[in-house]
Amino acid sequence: MQDITRRRLLWSLPFATAAVAGGGFLAMLSRLRKGNFDPREINTPILNKPIPSFTLADQPPSTGFNQQELQQQTKPVLINFFASWCIPCLTEMGVLQQLSSHIAIWGIAYKDKPDAVAGFLQRNSNPYRRIGQDPDGSVGIDWGLSGVPESFLIMPGGIIKWHYPKPLTATSTKTLLSFVQ
Amino acid sequence: MISKILSPEFGHFTLALACCLAGAQFIIPLMGSKVKNNRLMALASPLAWGQFFALALAFACLITAAITDDFSVQNILQNSAADKPLLYKITGVWGNHEGSILLWAFILAFFGAIVSAYSEHLPLSLRAKVIAIMGGSAAGFELFCLTTSNPFLRVWPAPLDGQGMNPLLQDPGLAFHPPILYMGYVGFSVPFAFAVAALLEGKVDAAWGRWVRPWTVLAWALLTCGIALGSWWSYYVLGWGGYWFWDPVENASLLPWLTGTALLHSALVVEKREALKVWTILLAIGTFSLSLSGTFLVRSGILNSVHAFASDPARGVFILLLLAVISGGALLLFAWRAPTLTQTGIFTFFSREGSIVLNNILLCTMAAVVLTGTLYPPFIQLINGQTLSVGKPFFDNALIPIALVLFLAMAIGPVIAFKKGNLKQTAKTLSVAALISIPCIIIAFIYLHQILPSLATGLCVWIILSACSDFIKHIALFKTSLGNTINRMAGLPRSFYATYIAHIGVAITVLGIVGMAASQQKIVEVPINTTIHLAGYDWTLTNITDRQGPNYIATEAVIKVSKDGQPITWMVPARHYFQRQQQVVTDVAIHTNFVSDLYAVLGDSKNSTQATPLFVLRLHYNPLAPWIWIGGLIMTIGGFITLTDRRFRVGSPAHRKKAKDI
Amino acid sequence: MRFIAILFIFCISLSAPIIAFGIDSPDEMLANPQQEKRAENLGSQLRCLVCQNESIEDSSADLAKDLRKVVRQRIAAGDTDQQVMQWMVDHYGNFIRLNPPFTITTALLWFMPILALSIGLMVAFVTLRKRKNTVTAALSKEEQKRLNELMKD
Repeated sequence: MQDITRRRLLWSLPFATAAVAGGGFLAMLSRLRKGNFDPREINTPILNKPIPSFTLADQPPSTGFNQQELQQQTKPVLINFFASWCIPCLTEMGVLQQLSSHIAIWGIAYKDKPDAVAGFLQRNSNPYRRIGQDPDGSVGIDWGLSGVPESFLIMPGGIIKWHYPKPLTATSTKTLLSFVQ
Repeated sequence: MISKILSPEFGHFTLALACCLAGAQFIIPLMGSKVKNNRLMALASPLAWGQFFALALAFACLITAAITDDFSVQNILQNSAADKPLLYKITGVWGNHEGSILLWAFILAFFGAIVSAYSEHLPLSLRAKVIAIMGGSAAGFELFCLTTSNPFLRVWPAPLDGQGMNPLLQDPGLAFHPPILYMGYVGFSVPFAFAVAALLEGKVDAAWGRWVRPWTVLAWALLTCGIALGSWWSYYVLGWGGYWFWDPVENASLLPWLTGTALLHSALVVEKREALKVWTILLAIGTFSLSLSGTFLVRSGILNSVHAFASDPARGVFILLLLAVISGGALLLFAWRAPTLTQTGIFTFFSREGSIVLNNILLCTMAAVVLTGTLYPPFIQLINGQTLSVGKPFFDNALIPIALVLFLAMAIGPVIAFKKGNLKQTAKTLSVAALISIPCIIIAFIYLHQILPSLATGLCVWIILSACSDFIKHIALFKTSLGNTINRMAGLPRSFYATYIAHIGVAITVLGIVGMAASQQKIVEVPINTTIHLAGYDWTLTNITDRQGPNYIATEAVIKVSKDGQPITWMVPARHYFQRQQQVVTDVAIHTNFVSDLYAVLGDSKNSTQATPLFVLRLHYNPLAPWIWIGGLIMTIGGFITLTDRRFRVGSPAHRKKAKDI
Repeated sequence: MRFIAILFIFCISLSAPIIAFGIDSPDEMLANPQQEKRAENLGSQLRCLVCQNESIEDSSADLAKDLRKVVRQRIAAGDTDQQVMQWMVDHYGNFIRLNPPFTITTALLWFMPILALSIGLMVAFVTLRKRKNTVTAALSKEEQKRLNELMKD
């Protein structure tokens, strides 16, 4: 190979590196648009693990629950962390209402006051079969929570099969229901 | 009346006009240079000025819309409000994405104009190419602005009031930090244009080095100032005494600074020795590419950052395209043309050139580490879906050792002769400096208990003393008569002084960082009239008052600080509650004597409404902290001093390089 | 040197603390200063998950506060630094570590400093050596030509 061609190949390494990086960025942008790339997601290692140990006090109008009760369920349960002060939780309520006819939903009121939660459920209809309180957020941390709302699908035996750290939508509920079928 | 002329429509029109002029500025001189038509090439300068005036008018229109509360302009509606103070109405123009892109374009056009003003002594062909490249980059940005980020979009019917601006941005820092920072980013487009022009011409020589160096220094000085301002702003606004977080956007500003510093030193060697040509060209292309990439990353939504503008993948794609054309094109040209450049200039490893090469390698290594660390999380997430974080602990561990070697090079390098250094001579000049620095390391270790900061302290002392030793040697202090010494001082070129000053500035900044590592703090929850003791000072909380500000309610704590019974100062930390955004911004109280800072913050006091109200105070004593930014200022001053050097004055005759090494 | 004297005067307290900027009130801190220092140290390695790029010690977010509490609870209960870190990673994944773990995936990241430095030094070495040879060769050719010309006169 001619000397100058060899040098040109060598000196084109910066271009090659930049091109690879550019290709990567393009891929990231297209996935950002599609919605399957989120630089802010945490991706907690909770899938296919057993539920953590916990006990929750009652949250009227329903009774609280603990790890054993959840484990002993024979049908899948959707655990939904919510709060009355959380605006996306409000928008999620409609979806939860529709979902409640397909699957049992148990709620955990995160860092909230019992009166506020009771009022919230009264105003927005209650999709939850059981509700527990987590007033200081410690149970949330055991579940790897980083905010509300977050939902977890628990299969019989207490294994977490699906985790959705955002407000539920029509598309995400479709994915959820596919696990249940 | 003025607002009728400087209407948003007119602004929109002049923006489009500027884009067309920039396009012409790109095509016509390049064509002229290809067919060797002098008249076409001479059009470069008037086109550049025309573009600048058009864009200046566009910018004036946007500012007028902001000042007159024209909420029919969507950008003003989303970012301003009637009760915002006038200063922030003006500075808020560039506190959002669209306005900041217009600012970028404006500064790019401004640099195009001043390059054409100060380049009359360049050969016409090179001059035409340089101005053309600048026009091309400007055209790209203006097109981006017009299509995806137009600040002149209208909303009808116009609402009565705007949505207001983030309270954190309503601060004088916003007036200075973004414009100066952008001037630094954009300033590197000039060495870039020179590099591409040189590749097109197929020639890089000492004259090219001399022409490109002042522009490089200017951009570097502005970027240094911009970064220092940003860091100082976070220190006094964010209320937790931090000044650098290795946030991706901060890294995006550090990257061109690191390669820009390497470029600065490399261009020096091209000018004096006609060596390192290819590296200088590559660094020039790389630095501007990093500036552009920084702009891309901040606005694309790819990075998880506190500074990131509202993300929009469509904008990201456009900037990526701009990057592909500008940087990709330049790098391809580089791959093609660089091997044909004649390489000259030999030197041994132990020489000034050798130490500059080492300096550049170390700086580029640091840049590579910062780049990898910043981009690793998104790329790994793209490849296998794993999420990772790369933060302060990683960057500190990886960069501090490299920085220490760099400081060693800085302490020794400037004293070595060009071409072939004399080990004995160098050791003689530096012996006193080295002797004093070693005990400093030991003393620092006694008080800090940490090896690396102690080493850094010693090296910084060495850098300062090495500059002094070199200065003393050149003016033959104590070796000749006082009159002779003063003569020598006056005759020493400005660039000498600039080098000493800039290097000393770096040392002072690093000493400030080391000092901050020894800061002391106390967090207390106390009633009024309590005295807290910290770092030998007595801090007494004397009162808490409430007051109404222009668009916020302030709760202020009045603290009296004294030492050994002597009153030193009053400090008034406060919390500002902005009703519109329902957001609280802490107003930190800082008292500085330029050697250390006293820093007080009023915390969120949950027990302030009890019978005996308690208030949370966070008090810091930060030794040497002001030096971090004073050092940055000194570096900037050093940069500006070089610019006043006689050799860079327009029209000064080309010097034949003599044996006298600088 | 004056500045040494300044360092002396201002570095009197020798505990060289880590700066915890986010702590809201003194009752968050542990009573035992050694444990508190451990907690702050650990905290500065843990990312505040809902802020961008801050550690839990630097952030004033609620979640950061909760995580600080957990760190201190576990330290007070007797966990080692390693165990607390592992607990956090088990619950939140590697995202919470500001210093990424050393695995195959992150090998490139951790090796980058040495890699970049080696590549830089190697390229410089090779280029400068090559240049020394070609330039001296060219010079001799030129010199030879001039010599021939001189000889002709």
